[in-house]
Amino acid sequence: MSQSFRLNKEGLINRNKKISFTFNGKKLFGYEGDTIASALIANGIHLVGRSFKYHRPRGFFGAGVEEPNAKLQVEFNGHSEPNVNATEMELVEGLSATSQNCWPSVNFDIGAINNFLKMFFPAGFYYKTFMWPKSFWYKIYEPFIRKAAGLGVASIEKDKERYEHKFEYCDLLVTGSGPSGLASAYAAAKNGAKVILAEDKPRFGGTLLTDDVSIDNLSGKDWAEKIITELKSMPNVTVKNRSQVFGYYDHNMLVMFERVSDHLEKKSKFTPRQRLWYIRAKETILSTGSIERPIVFGNNDTPGIFLSAAAKEYMKVYGVLVGKKPLIFTNNDSAYETALEFKKNNVEPIILDTREEHSSELIDEAKSKGIDIRFSHGVIVANGYKKVKSAKIGKLNKDKNSFEKIETIECDCICVSGFWTPSVHLASQSGNKLKYEEKIDAFIPDKKKQHETSVGAANGSFTLEESLKHGFENGSNLSAKITETKTEITIPNVNEKKYGAHDKFWCMPLPKNENPKRFVDFQNDVSVSDIEIALREGYRSIEHVKRYTTLGMATDQGRTSNLNGLQLVSNVENKIVPEVGHTTFRPPFTPITIGTIVGREVGMEYMPTRKTPMHEWHEKNNAVFVDAGAWKRPRYYKLGSETLFEASKREAKNVRENVGICDVTTLGKIDIKGPDAAEFLNRVYTNAWMKLPVGKARYGLMLREDGIVMDDGTTTRISENHYHMTTTTAQAANVLSHLEYYLQIVWPELNVNVVSTTEQWAGAAIAGPKSRDMLSKLYPDLDVSNDALPFMGYKEAEFFGVPSRIFRISFSGELAYEINVKSDHGMFMWEKMMEVGKDFGNQPYGTEALSTLRIEMGHVAGPELDGRTIPSDVSLNGLVSKKKDFIGKNSLGREAFNVESRQKIVGLIPIDRKSSIPEGSHIVQDQNAKLPNPKLGHVSSSCWSVENNNPFSLAIMKDGKNMIGKKFFAVSPLKNKSIEVEVISSHYVDPEGKRVRS
Amino acid sequence: MLYIKCPYCGLRAQKEFSYGGDATVKRPNINEEVSSEDWDNFVYMRKSPRGKHIELWQHIAGCRQWIKVQRDTATHEIFQTAKVTEEIR
Repeated sequence: MSQSFRLNKEGLINRNKKISFTFNGKKLFGYEGDTIASALIANGIHLVGRSFKYHRPRGFFGAGVEEPNAKLQVEFNGHSEPNVNATEMELVEGLSATSQNCWPSVNFDIGAINNFLKMFFPAGFYYKTFMWPKSFWYKIYEPFIRKAAGLGVASIEKDKERYEHKFEYCDLLVTGSGPSGLASAYAAAKNGAKVILAEDKPRFGGTLLTDDVSIDNLSGKDWAEKIITELKSMPNVTVKNRSQVFGYYDHNMLVMFERVSDHLEKKSKFTPRQRLWYIRAKETILSTGSIERPIVFGNNDTPGIFLSAAAKEYMKVYGVLVGKKPLIFTNNDSAYETALEFKKNNVEPIILDTREEHSSELIDEAKSKGIDIRFSHGVIVANGYKKVKSAKIGKLNKDKNSFEKIETIECDCICVSGFWTPSVHLASQSGNKLKYEEKIDAFIPDKKKQHETSVGAANGSFTLEESLKHGFENGSNLSAKITETKTEITIPNVNEKKYGAHDKFWCMPLPKNENPKRFVDFQNDVSVSDIEIALREGYRSIEHVKRYTTLGMATDQGRTSNLNGLQLVSNVENKIVPEVGHTTFRPPFTPITIGTIVGREVGMEYMPTRKTPMHEWHEKNNAVFVDAGAWKRPRYYKLGSETLFEASKREAKNVRENVGICDVTTLGKIDIKGPDAAEFLNRVYTNAWMKLPVGKARYGLMLREDGIVMDDGTTTRISENHYHMTTTTAQAANVLSHLEYYLQIVWPELNVNVVSTTEQWAGAAIAGPKSRDMLSKLYPDLDVSNDALPFMGYKEAEFFGVPSRIFRISFSGELAYEINVKSDHGMFMWEKMMEVGKDFGNQPYGTEALSTLRIEMGHVAGPELDGRTIPSDVSLNGLVSKKKDFIGKNSLGREAFNVESRQKIVGLIPIDRKSSIPEGSHIVQDQNAKLPNPKLGHVSSSCWSVENNNPFSLAIMKDGKNMIGKKFFAVSPLKNKSIEVEVISSHYVDPEGKRVRS
Repeated sequence: MLYIKCPYCGLRAQKEFSYGGDATVKRPNINEEVSSEDWDNFVYMRKSPRGKHIELWQHIAGCRQWIKVQRDTATHEIFQTAKVTEEIR
């Protein structure tokens, strides 16, 4: 198909570069600088999609962000994206676009039967029809609705594109490069302010590109180019096109979506597709312009019906005619410019003006050029199914509620203008309560809530002269307050056409016995009668009407429909528009991709990965890792074809029989220094700390103020005023903040400093009956006997020439030590241990074996200290001092904490000594009891006891130790298991704790 | 995202901070008798005002200092920030 609607000269496209693309499988051509929309219209294609509910044929309506209909599925660069706005997406070689919401094709869509069944699809249809029976919802109604409604198809492929986030700060952010935006940015830049100017479209200039005006004897387009060129050359200015500021958040933070390479065929590997900017601006100029609103009439959604300014933009920017027999339907002067543009391109338009005959600069010019103008006229209904063929037009009576004369005239497009609506979305998002401006029948920003200033059309000033003046003044004043410099700027001379008053007319009446659909909201198929039904059914609040009818709820956020919807409600309700109010504007202003929101935080970059200094060794030795917060910890070391179960059993057994080493670098470590350190620890921990000698470690328990256990760990007195605290891996950050809270806020009089040293030290545990023998080989010159280094003892010594710390502490319940060296020496230490350990049967063990060892010893960890247990629940009441005060002590006296039947820690073994008990199982008396079956407790940790060779679990259970010897069922509906268990002590192995002291 | 002025580091984005609750709550003195009612008030009872609220934030991804922030809970306007040793009136 040739580009039969392309003009010969007009437009800003590059006619030297032809671009091929496909639409619904058909190969077509356009030019560089086209959008998909302009290229399709140039090829005479108007039918691009089917409507949401009735599957009516739909074409283009706008030329930019306001477009409600032309949403396409676009494939390009190997990704498929739904709901792409055809009026915004730039044409690129190889792009392939398809229509959405139609089957089998856009030309013949079976769903269009809904259009003939429309009496069955009124407002609230879904709410009314799919109420019952309840069981039908998931299997029948929902899949049906999902298939019938909706737009494009989201890709399930992994997104291979790259997205970025950027943080920026500036004095003045200007959103929109129309005349007022350019003037503001220019004035602020001249005052030396740091300025960011953002333009949504590829071309700068806004309406200057399409309006017939001159500034300082330059055309609008040339003046815009001059200003942009100068701004680009200034070091304090960032100018961004293809960048939409879509959200206005607290404290003047705005978020901008930049299409970095969506329009490029080839790009470097590291060029992102899109970029999200977080901009903290001291001041913001909202120069977002205005959007033309339509006049409502019959079948006003037929392809070939355009907003009049869009039709002008297609001619002036893209050199494309939206039709060759245009009908212009207007209530104001701006559409006359479109008519004159058609005339200039040798196309004869007919103007239907709802106003009575009168005179203005533009009307007179149109008359002088011989354009057919019919005053007091309007379009009643458009004829044609897939494209406008003719229109039934009528001469309105004086009250504009009936017709004096009706006739049908031929046309191939209708360009409609119902006056202009300021784009107040960002202002409203900033918290600005809008006010209704009678003069323009629209809302404009009221008093500022943040540092935002709306200028130009966004503020309701529709003349160029006013917009420029407002822009220069505000840009200059706002920036001068920040930079304290003021450069005088002469406001340029402007030549523009003066507009007469518009007609407060927004909806055509219908002749008797005619009832075509009159759409208010195209994207969601909301018609005049739908809103009338909602009002008839008692919906009054505009927010309720919106939700019931879905008016303004689609991806275009009702940009072309909101005000007409409000007008309708106010007419039916006999209220004025400001009384009806408006619905809330929410970010994003335009749809943005999920990829941009996520940015680089995907895959490995989703969160930081923390690796211990021994990580590489673990990798080389077949470690299977597990995530512990951001840390990677070896879960087990796989030998041959071992399973997790086999490997962890082997590793744990080896610790019980010989010796094993475990990487414990991930434990939280906090250095505590100061003369009051002992007093501080004494307040933080539940047990006594005043008498801990230098060179000794102690196990400590800390609570929250509500008495719940927060964390446990050992703290060692390194020297008189220096302690080394360890925390669990998971609680490391919380414990540090907790300590800082008390030191900075509650007890600032204590002279103590704390700092995290987690990453300064590499740690390895040596555990097992042969650990002392191994230790003596690691420290040949050190006395490591039970007398010289007893349980909870501490020594500093050289480890093959590097400084090290030796703690005799144990988590496994075996004779054990923990060695710390500086992180840089971690790998050296580990390799030495592996080398020396050979003679003792040493094997590395992972977290799974570590859990097994601590569970069968009855040592509690995260699953037991789950934020619900107090010390006595987990048999740690021996660590709670009765003599001193500490954090949380006063809460331990609460009645509920001291009931005998409170859930407490016990051990469980299966009666058959074989079945593993799933963690999380509920403990019940009778597995067959009627629901709700009373729950007596839950299984917190499970393992295969290597000591006794059968499964063993820890559980938190009602009545605790009183239940020992009784039988229950551990049921896991999740795993569909029910296991008969016997309650035993939680200390399954070495209950007296002899081994750690041996 | 709020913009919070740390009295030590200057204006920083909210994501550097962690919220710490009502700053006007005072912990009963350590080693002193406290009635159950006073203790319960300290542990559990908080006002949830609409409007001005003096609260604690910690600059966790910065200087790690706990600070006081006077914020409007409805509009998020921040009137004043201070060191915890300073008073906000």
